[in-house]
Formats: sequence, structure tokens, C-alpha cells
Amino acid sequence: MSKNLFEKVWAAHSVRDLPSGQTQLFVGLHLIHEVTSPQAFQMLRERGLKVMHPERTFATVDHIIPTDMRDRPFLDALAEEMMVAIEDNARDFEIPLFGMNDQRQGIVHVIGPELGLTQPGMTIACGDSHTSTHGAFGAIAFGIGTSQVRDVLASQCMAMARPKVRRVEVNGTLGEGVYAKDVTLHVIGALGVKGGVGFAYEYAGEALDRMSMEERMTVCNMSIEGGARCGYVNPDETTFEYLEGRAHTPKGADFHRAVEWWKGIASGDGAGYDDVVQMDGGAIAPTVTWGINPGQSCSVDGTLPRPEDATGDAASIVEALQYMGFEGGQRIEGTPIEVAFIGSCTNSRISDLREAARVARGRKVASGVKALVVPGSHDVRDQAQAEGLDQVFRDAGFEWREAGCSMCLAMNPDKLQGRQMCASSSNRNFKGRQGSPTGRTLLMSPAMVAAAAINGKVTDVRDLLN
Amino acid sequence: MTQPASTASSIRKCISGRVVPIRGNDIDTDRIIPARYLRTVTFDGLGEHVFEDDRVAEGHPFDNSSYAGAAILLANDNFGCGSSREHAPQALLRWGIQVFVAESFAEIFFGNCVSLGLPCLQASAADVDRLMARIEAEPTLVMQCDIEAQEVRFGADRIAATTPAGTRQQFLDGSWDALAQLLDEPAAIEAAAARLPYLNGF
Repeated sequence: MSKNLFEKVWAAHSVRDLPSGQTQLFVGLHLIHEVTSPQAFQMLRERGLKVMHPERTFATVDHIIPTDMRDRPFLDALAEEMMVAIEDNARDFEIPLFGMNDQRQGIVHVIGPELGLTQPGMTIACGDSHTSTHGAFGAIAFGIGTSQVRDVLASQCMAMARPKVRRVEVNGTLGEGVYAKDVTLHVIGALGVKGGVGFAYEYAGEALDRMSMEERMTVCNMSIEGGARCGYVNPDETTFEYLEGRAHTPKGADFHRAVEWWKGIASGDGAGYDDVVQMDGGAIAPTVTWGINPGQSCSVDGTLPRPEDATGDAASIVEALQYMGFEGGQRIEGTPIEVAFIGSCTNSRISDLREAARVARGRKVASGVKALVVPGSHDVRDQAQAEGLDQVFRDAGFEWREAGCSMCLAMNPDKLQGRQMCASSSNRNFKGRQGSPTGRTLLMSPAMVAAAAINGKVTDVRDLLN
Repeated sequence: MTQPASTASSIRKCISGRVVPIRGNDIDTDRIIPARYLRTVTFDGLGEHVFEDDRVAEGHPFDNSSYAGAAILLANDNFGCGSSREHAPQALLRWGIQVFVAESFAEIFFGNCVSLGLPCLQASAADVDRLMARIEAEPTLVMQCDIEAQEVRFGADRIAATTPAGTRQQFLDGSWDALAQLLDEPAAIEAAAARLPYLNGF
């Protein structure tokens, strides 16, 4: 039986078996950012250790930086301290840093691919759970904690038990107005927020085959929301075309040799899996979360579950409905919103902004709605501006911001206030996630967020695309 | 200098203490430690902010004086899901938690706990339910989390509470801090790097 990509990449990076039964795995690319790294560098200093491969380590700033006023020192003294820490650490340990004003700066999971750092067949680690994004290229990419960041800095390795591999096939053709975000929310809804625990997800099928790299990144990004430590798509011509010519992609003859190797690490025909699930992409509708985890979602024309009808965890439904202020059985469409956020490592790339702009063009954000668009990187911002998308958004009443994580996670000035209801293209609708302990998040695609901003309520984007 | 792989103080065979129960599935790390407290370059002081936003509501177990000083956290399914922030177990550790017992754990949280020497033991849903009811009725009950025997004892009762064999061994011999092992064989790391086409011009 031929091997799947996960098995091949795992074997290629195995250094040795550890006494714990885990594998010592070589990490080909280590991405770091300002939030989860300072303590790791401190641990290195305490132990007198160096960074083993600073040339395989790249740093940027995304979580805490403001997306409007960027003057230093920051008004937030704690954020300023973190900025100084990553600048000092990058300098002291000779790690390249894409700082706030560097053209290469952006959300770590946006810039890795954009710069060609992320490549097929690599192992990638980053102290951020959405590192699974890089799996879109056929890399095995793990989110890790700070002690493991220390381990990778010091040894370029991590200790890990090999997960099983589940192939998630999404077949058929996605309908108009149905995006990668809807696919990933659908998968999480179907398999559950802990369905992927113990598994790596291999996404496949006609729908994935047809997706652009940016769409595949959206799907892989949210693997962790389904409990899977990583998710990937086998590299193909779409992958190679995206990578050719990027700053860190091999050039000339090297590129052609690279493509041959990349083709070879893809899952072979007849490769085995620990599990296979199949879904019909044609049956997926624009999807919206109604609860407090990403698995609690329904189609935009659907209704919320009633706890009394629940076959599973009724207590979780009750808790979610209560927090959100919803009733079981109500329709999600028409839910009034106060904030609309387009951005995050899930959906802040140029294709996301183009689709949102399609909806926003020539329309106005509903009165009383605060709407913001936060590009994922300097490059995304510049490309959008070159296409005039910033003007489309501004004309419609959206704020146009600088690159960063922004309102996804409430570590910078962009936060919900009180019980505000936010239509968001981000990845988590946890209680308090967007910065107000009582704030409420409805996850959806960027085009759906734009539609909600225009109508001031959850709207089926298909009504605005025609 | 690297620290030794194991020291007497790093061995975790059996941890006794009182228990704090946290009911509910899918308790995410944003709830354990809200993101605003991640604006720090150390882990100091995080213990004060554990479950801070949940604790606005009255009657949170972390504000119940009956559970003060608990060393064991008892939880339901998929505890610690979401963000990879190690700040979550660091905050719980600083509050006083030394071991977790739950129906299941999210993987990154589990790995972070191992790195900090915090065993995560898995028990059946029925056993966790029974244990929660018992603790709520008798908050001062002292429980033994026996990592070696893979069981939790309370009063005359006991339940199975397991962790994977390799992880169990790491706690028993005190070798849960992986870094020393990862640095043990630098030649093997170099050899692995030398085999990878993308590090060697394809």
C-alpha cells in the first residue's frame, strides 16, 4: 500500500524515537510572534542555550499591534513591552524579524505562504493554534505552546506522538455564495469540535481540488477548531503555481527539482487512512455560527436547535443560547448585528477582500453598525489598494485598517463593547473572545460579513450577489 | 547549561489534595485565561486571573471558599480546547492546580501540561459525573490521583484514570521536560537536516 503525505513527511523528519514513545521530529520552519515567544527566550537565557537554527526561524508581530494608530511607543505600555521584547530577542538571537513597518509584516499565517516560506513537505511549528493553516501547501504544521517554542528554538525539534490520519473528502461543486469558510464550518459542525482529537486531517475531494490556495488555507486554518492538531491538502499544480516566484521559493532549476520532490510527497493512489469521511459540497449553504464554539452552526436559512430536541449535549445548547440571547427554534437570518469584522488569519487574504468588496460595492453599511476591514498583511493591503478595494470599502462606510490580528482575539485596541453582536470572518466564537466578556460572535464568510454589515442583520449573501 | 532530564522534584507518582470541579464541555483556553492577560512577557501573576470572566457570575467554583487550596481540577469533555496559549495551564498551575482529571482534553492543552509537569488523567463520563456530585456534596474530600496505578481514589471509592503509557512513564521517572532529551543527540538532528531536500538545494 502506498503512503499518505502525513506518513511520508513524518518519516522524513523523524530524528529518533524518544523513551516516552514519542518521536523527536525535526522542524523545518519555525515561525514566532510577540505573544507566545518572550517566555521561551527567557527560558533559553536561563539555561544558557542558543537558537539552533536562527536561519530556519522567522519572527513577525501581529497579535498586539494596533491596526490604526501605529506610533511608538504604543499607548498600551504592556503591548509596547512585548514589542521591545521581540525586537531584543530577534536581535540577540539573530532571528529575522518582520517588524511593524516592514513590508513583509502581517499575520504570521498570512505572510508565511505569501513569502514562500511555507512549502510542501515541510514540518512547520508556531506558537499559535492556527498554524494548521500552512497545511494548505501539503506541509505538516503544528500549533504549539511556549515550552515547545523553547524546545524548537533550542533544538529545532519537538517531541510528539504520531496522530492518526483521517481523510475528509468534500465532493461535488460549491454553489454561488458558498465559500471555503462555509466548508470548514460545515466540516466542524458535522464532525464536532473534538471530532479531530488524535487525528491529522487530510482534506481532499473535488471541492478542495478546485479551491485556490487561499481557500485551502481557510479550510486548513480551522482544523484546530475541529480538534485536529493539523490539517493539510496534497500539493498539486495550484500549489506550485502559487509558489513560483515568491521571495523564499527556490528559483530556476531548483524550483523544478523542488516540484518533483513536492509531487513525490503527495499521498499516493491507494494510500491508507485510519478513517475516511465523505461530504457533499453541493449540499453546503452559507453557514453561520449561533453558539459559543465553532461547531454550533447552521445554514443561513436554518433555525437554531431546541435543547429539548437535542440528541447530544443539551446543556451546551442551553448555555450557548443563554449567552447569545437566542431562543431554540429561532431563525438565524435577520439577527441584528452591531459590529462587522473582516479579517483574521482565517479570512484576510486578497480573495477574501475581493469577495467582500463585491458585496459592498455601491452599497452602504447600515446605520449603527461599526464595520472594519483589516488586511492580513502589508502585501494584501497594497494589493487591495492597487485594485481600489479600500475605496470600495471606505465608500460603503467600512473602516480600512493596517495589517494585524485585530478583533479576532482582543489583545489590541480592536474589541467589542458590552454585549455587542459581531458578524465576524474570524475563527472563534468563544465567550469573550472578541474582547468584551459578554460580547457575541457570529462566524461566517467575509462575503457574508459584508452582507450583514450592509443590511445590519444576518443576511443570505446570495441575495446580494445577483 | 541544560537541566538534567529528571530530578527528584520532577517525579509525579501520586498527587493528593482537594478538588475543584468545573462543569461543562469544551471549556476553552480563552475562558481559562482571557486574552487581555496575555499582554505580558512573563507568566507571573496569571493565577489571579484564572476564569476571570466566568467568575463575574456568582458561585463560580474558583470563588467558592470550600474549594480554596484545591490541587486537583475535575472537568468534563474536551477541556482546554481552542488557543494554544500555555498561559492557560500556567495560570492554573499558579493558582495551585497540580493535576487534571477530565473526560477528555484538547491536545495542545494536554501537551502544554506535560511540558509543565502537570498530569492530565482521563476518566469515563460516568465516573466524572459521579465524582463531581460527590465533590459538590463534600468539597473538603481529599482525593489521590495515582499516576502510577492509573486510578483516582476518594474515600473508599476508586475510578480508573489513565494517561498514555509513554506520558505516564515521563511523570514516573520525572522526564516530562522534553528539552534535555531533544538535545541529547545533536548528531542525529544534523543527520535529519542533511536528509531533507529543501534544506539542501533540492
